[in-house]
Amino acid sequence: MSQALVIAGVQLLGRDSTDIVIENGIITEMGAGLSRSGARVIDAAGLVALPGLVDLHTHLREPGFEASETVLTGTRAAAAGGFTAVFAMPNTQPVADTAGVVEQELALGEAAGYATVQPIGAVTVGQKGERLAELGAMAASRARVRVFSDDGFCVWDPLIMRRALEYVKSFGGVIAQHAQDPRLTEGAQMNEGVVSAELGLAGWPAVAEESIIARDVLLAEHVGSRLHVCHLSTAGSVDLIRWAKKRGVHVTAEVTPHHLLLTDELVRDYDARFKVNPPLRTQEDVFAVREGLADGTIDIVATDHAPHPAENKACEWQAAANGMVGLESALRVVHQSMVKTGMLEWPDVARVLSTTPARIGQLDGFGTLELGRPAHITLYDASAPGVFTEADLHGRSHNSPYLGRELPGRVQWTIHGGVVTVDDGVLVEDLSERSESK
Amino acid sequence: MRHLLDTRSLDRETALQVLDVAEDMADTQSRQVKKLPTLLGKTVVNLFFEDSTRTRISFEAAAKRLSADVINFAAKGSSVSKGESLKDTAQTLQAMGADAVVVRHSASGAPRTLATSGWISAGVVNAGDGTHEHPTQALLDAFTIRKRRFGAESRGHDLAGVHVVIVGDVLHSRVARSNVWLLAALGAEVTLVTPPTLVPQNVSQWPVRVMYDLDAALAAGPDAVMMLRIQAERMHAAYFPTEREYSRLWGLDAVRAAGLPESSIVMHPGPMNRGLEISSEAADSPRSTVLEQVTNGVSVRMAVLYLLLAGERNDERGEVK
Amino acid sequence: MSARTVLQEADIARALTRIAHEILESNRGAEGLVLLGIPTRGVTLADRLGPIVSGIADTDIPVGSLDITLFRDDLSRHPTRSPKRTEIPDGGIDGRTVVLVDDVLFSGRSIRAALDAIQSIGRPAAVRLAILVDRGHRELPIRPDFVGKNIPSASSERVNVRLKELDGVDEVTIES
Repeated sequence: MSQALVIAGVQLLGRDSTDIVIENGIITEMGAGLSRSGARVIDAAGLVALPGLVDLHTHLREPGFEASETVLTGTRAAAAGGFTAVFAMPNTQPVADTAGVVEQELALGEAAGYATVQPIGAVTVGQKGERLAELGAMAASRARVRVFSDDGFCVWDPLIMRRALEYVKSFGGVIAQHAQDPRLTEGAQMNEGVVSAELGLAGWPAVAEESIIARDVLLAEHVGSRLHVCHLSTAGSVDLIRWAKKRGVHVTAEVTPHHLLLTDELVRDYDARFKVNPPLRTQEDVFAVREGLADGTIDIVATDHAPHPAENKACEWQAAANGMVGLESALRVVHQSMVKTGMLEWPDVARVLSTTPARIGQLDGFGTLELGRPAHITLYDASAPGVFTEADLHGRSHNSPYLGRELPGRVQWTIHGGVVTVDDGVLVEDLSERSESK
Repeated sequence: MRHLLDTRSLDRETALQVLDVAEDMADTQSRQVKKLPTLLGKTVVNLFFEDSTRTRISFEAAAKRLSADVINFAAKGSSVSKGESLKDTAQTLQAMGADAVVVRHSASGAPRTLATSGWISAGVVNAGDGTHEHPTQALLDAFTIRKRRFGAESRGHDLAGVHVVIVGDVLHSRVARSNVWLLAALGAEVTLVTPPTLVPQNVSQWPVRVMYDLDAALAAGPDAVMMLRIQAERMHAAYFPTEREYSRLWGLDAVRAAGLPESSIVMHPGPMNRGLEISSEAADSPRSTVLEQVTNGVSVRMAVLYLLLAGERNDERGEVK
Repeated sequence: MSARTVLQEADIARALTRIAHEILESNRGAEGLVLLGIPTRGVTLADRLGPIVSGIADTDIPVGSLDITLFRDDLSRHPTRSPKRTEIPDGGIDGRTVVLVDDVLFSGRSIRAALDAIQSIGRPAAVRLAILVDRGHRELPIRPDFVGKNIPSASSERVNVRLKELDGVDEVTIES
């Protein structure tokens, strides 16, 4: 059994100063002036305590693309960013479209120990969009899959999408759609707009995202299903979700940190660090998604952490891969774009980065900082100034758009089920001494 | 000039400098001995990832007339076709001691990636990148327009008051983009005439007027009509229904060409699709500058290589104009 | 930094007149002469010299300009230079006597470049060199045929030629 922890004087959700006692992986006491003999005391004065962050959209790349990332390196990056749970997207090799693969991913996460890995199952076999995968088997497996996605690809065939939405009702699942009409985005390289016209890069129009969302919310309404929209990026998409929710459709939506901060103007130098799908959009879109996140139209922030090896980014734009790593920078980017601008406060940050993702993904034990609950906690130093550098990256890949950029804050402690994974700003190298059975 | 990557960032002064030096280069080409010793000892590499005999030969002629050594490197593809990557190719050139790299690539932005990467210290000349820019083409086009208008007294003149109509597939044309920026910088008035499917979705920031009706545009009596090459394959991606319809609506046929003012010129970057975007009558008429454009191309490229390589070189890699 | 004047307006005028006579004397008349000024001030001087020679010989002497920028051997040591006009008079230079005209003769490298430039244009019967000021410090075996004034100078000093048409005044000064 591991040592007890006393977190002393932390600002709970950025508000009142509190002490938190953790024993055997559970929060056993909260209040003032607390202590336990033999406990390790963490001096948390000036730090903000958030429930351990939960990412509903991560690419861990294993099995199949271990050159970019593995479950071990990806969960290390997650811990460094304050995450205690990540939902692993199924575009691996083989694709996670069977009980066998999702159980393998679950086991890899348990062995690594840095964060809880909850596998996401593919909607269609091989993510090809033709036949439904064995969603029921994945739901019943040890991995208890509830979220299904063909992310990377759109479930384009409306009939397949309808069937998938209907089918998952039998076990309370949710389809997470990557909204991108493939016919309108053939060969697309960046947002279609003023910049793409100048740069001679094929455009990815906003309507290719919005038209799919419009169709899917109507389908979800018609068959009475839940729908989740991945990485929503345009002003029009926000309007559609707002409209759908008003009609009573059970739809949830996520936005990535980069879509809260970066625009397509950054593409002008053809620096492929800024190449991502969906692409960086205009300043108007950035303002609209921020508003959407602040007013609850967009329910959560999810990183879409997408590692790629250096040679897939240090090349001409057209040949470069889509994606950015985001686990280590997410909280700091949300801090910069939403908290510093006064649009969210720390309790809202807890809601969008922990509570709601856990609820949408039906991940028990995560999303709250309460007595009797498992101790998944993130302690964040909001006053630390700094520049985001290579030293902040802990995954296998370094394709971050924030390198060299000023980002506030610093994750000081991450605690996963009572186990410290980030110790006073330093990622713990060897968890074996401290890990305990969950 | 450290690199020539585009005309978007070329200011009026530098553009005029290129054109004026090109006049000097053109004059030397009428001497008994055309060769100049100016770039003796410099190495120019033609790095062509896309086939283009015409442009490559033009650059080769330009370099050789200035006594530079020329190496032709026909590289294959990008990482997509699993050929040698841009980075590896660049580092090979650096090891060979290239002073200037003339690069043509199918990916927009590839020359800029090359120039800013830190892989090479050579000056980079963009000989056409994807659908982005083809700066030396625009420069030779501007040189041609100016020469026809001012003859031997061209030096120092810009193109203020000159009306240029550019016709064709602007969406996919690096020649169109380069011409738009350069002509505007030189004070010309530019009208684009294209099918609605072949103009970028948002050109609201471009210094141009956009029209769909070719006859209406020509009725304004432009000084120069620049025809862009249309690729028949675009028909299959539903940009226009048939070649016949395209030609009827946006082709410069004999009737349209004859209706132009006496002094108007007809231009084409080549190679031409005779009978599609331009009729033989128009292409072979005295108005046509197609052949002069080729000759002027060598002079302009000599000027570019001279300005890139002759003076002392600042070794600041980050600084890209 | 001090400057002293070594030639004034009247000195320059007298020098040009004397050079004009010397050219005609050495050429035994005006037959086949072509003056080519080297930009920038060599052209101004050639434009003055031409009429003087023509006046003495009572016949028109062709005058033109010869730009040497593209033939220099020191291009990479300086910021990029823009070439100037080369205007060869009608009749060209083949078989004629070209008289190069320049303001200051120093290392001689400009004249070497001028000889290379001439070679690309044609084959004159002879090339002569007329210079307003010879300040010594030759780096090549080049010598002038007609000299306005010899002005020994330290290589660190600057010899400035100013001409009315360009600088508003006629003078030659040395700055040390």
